[in-house]
Amino acid sequence: MDLANFLIQLLNSVQYGLLLFMLAAGLTLIFGIMGVVNLAHGSFYMLGAYLAWSLSAQLGSLTLAILVGAVLSAIFGLALEWLLFRHFYHRDHLDQVLLTFGLIYIFEELRSILWGDDVHGVPIPELLSASIPLTDNLSYPVYRLFMSAVCIALAVGLYLLISKTRLGMKIRAGAFNRDMAGALGINIKLIHAVVFALGVTLAAVAGMIAAPVASVYPNMGSQVLIMCFVVVVIGGIGSVRGAMIAALLVGLVDTFGKVLLPSVAGMLVYMLMAAVLLWKPEGLFKQ
Amino acid sequence: MSTMKANLEVLPRGVQVALALGLIALVAFPFTGTDFYVQMVTRMMIMAIFAMSLDLLQGVTGLVSLGHAAYFGLAGYALAFLMPQGEAVSLWWTLPLAVLASGLGALIIGFFVVRTHGIYFIMVTMAFAQMIFFLFFDNKVLGGSDGLYINFKPTIALFGWTPFAWWDLDNKHTLYYFTLAVLLLVYAFLRRLLWSPFGRALAGIRVNEHRMRAMGFGTFRYKLTAFTLAGALAGLAGYLWGTQTGYINPELMGFHMSAHGIMMVILGGMGNFAGAIVGAFAFEYLLHVFKDLPRIGSVNLGKHWQLWMGLFIVLLVTFAPRGILGLVERFGKSRKAGDE
Repeated sequence: MDLANFLIQLLNSVQYGLLLFMLAAGLTLIFGIMGVVNLAHGSFYMLGAYLAWSLSAQLGSLTLAILVGAVLSAIFGLALEWLLFRHFYHRDHLDQVLLTFGLIYIFEELRSILWGDDVHGVPIPELLSASIPLTDNLSYPVYRLFMSAVCIALAVGLYLLISKTRLGMKIRAGAFNRDMAGALGINIKLIHAVVFALGVTLAAVAGMIAAPVASVYPNMGSQVLIMCFVVVVIGGIGSVRGAMIAALLVGLVDTFGKVLLPSVAGMLVYMLMAAVLLWKPEGLFKQ
Repeated sequence: MSTMKANLEVLPRGVQVALALGLIALVAFPFTGTDFYVQMVTRMMIMAIFAMSLDLLQGVTGLVSLGHAAYFGLAGYALAFLMPQGEAVSLWWTLPLAVLASGLGALIIGFFVVRTHGIYFIMVTMAFAQMIFFLFFDNKVLGGSDGLYINFKPTIALFGWTPFAWWDLDNKHTLYYFTLAVLLLVYAFLRRLLWSPFGRALAGIRVNEHRMRAMGFGTFRYKLTAFTLAGALAGLAGYLWGTQTGYINPELMGFHMSAHGIMMVILGGMGNFAGAIVGAFAFEYLLHVFKDLPRIGSVNLGKHWQLWMGLFIVLLVTFAPRGILGLVERFGKSRKAGDE
């Protein structure tokens, strides 16, 4: 593998890792703070991708579609939390698994009724459709760099939100001791709703910015959901920092595995997970 | 957290009577039903074996596995590989080998997963099942995404001797009664296991693993044994599935299938194996009903079966989290309370 090729694969793996982080961050926060295992998290990614497809066709701009889509998915997240998830925070994990599995079926079928079962492509915005030439015949698409930039910006935003703001302080207090935080006058129900909506929005935005690269198709959430589980298991449940490092690690192993060891590429990531489990059964950064 | 749900290990007299009546109905059924329904009930019984094997983990030991379908599929694949293209092989050595394959798979994966607890266990079992899924999905040698055909049903001749003309799994009624016999054997085995010292230790792990360890039980060994045994029994179901349908594909190992298993166990009531059987029958029947819904105007209701199943699951878990047997028990209690 020459340098240019290596650089392309490296950029691809970082971009994939950052995208996984956007999904896994929401999953790990929702578990860490509310104690809910959410199988439907992949559906939010799918929802985002379909929103990007239908909104960008109607509004004529992907950027506008992402902004409107983010607001819509936040509202959707708040509604879902209020209607269902809020009643499951204290329930058995088994009940949560079933609830969210039922939701996968419902979301898939609603998607099929609303948007059909076809595969769709989302055009890359004009402004970002260029490629940066690396050698005579190799180049790197600007849009993928844009994706990474958006993910990094959101990751930094998430870090600042959680560690530097008053809201973040309340979120951390709630995660540390729900009852104590409530006794000190923090509206813990509101915090839960906000965190849940945040997780949904992050997943949906990941789906939206990935739509032009990954295309939009039925069941696109399942595959990504399981990858997120792997990331969360490796990183340690509840740890956003762990999710970031694990996501980048999974991105690297998956991308380079496909190039260097194509016959076992599908299994490599799970072997990585097995190795981490042997070494640290509770993940690299257990909270 | 699964300790919060007290398990119904001792079956009330009423439930025992209902089960006995159910068994009589199952024995009599082929005399009344058409071939289509005989095949459907055969499949329900196969799923009931699968659900019971999962109940050993989920209801008895308190381990929620979201990857149990992998072991179901492994035995089916084992059967496909053991069956040469042109001839049928004997059940008497392929069945043990296929079950062994599933058990071995569960032993290896169990070695990694039973170190984890609660939510980790759920996610890790699912991820490893997906790994096996991809192993078969990505490799053409292993059948790839299309899966493999099992062209013949295994023969059940005893050393080349067939005692009766119908002594052949190609006969739908023979396959039906064979499956029923396996179902009863597995049920009897698991019920005995439940009340054996080993079963009591598993129940102890569900209620309080720390205390079990403090009392000197090597809980890792117990959990690994349970996981392996459950995988092997799931393989028994997978073998029968491959025999009945004549094909096996990666989808059968996917997490939808695993989640269906969890659903069956919950639907009936956990921890006593009878509930798993009831749940498997009820779930498969519901699936059949939802897929068979009529067309009203331009809307084909049956095509949207996932929506109805999804809504059903959400409603069930919201309002009746302890399943059918739980409802029976609750009804019984409230009636007793009324008497006093």
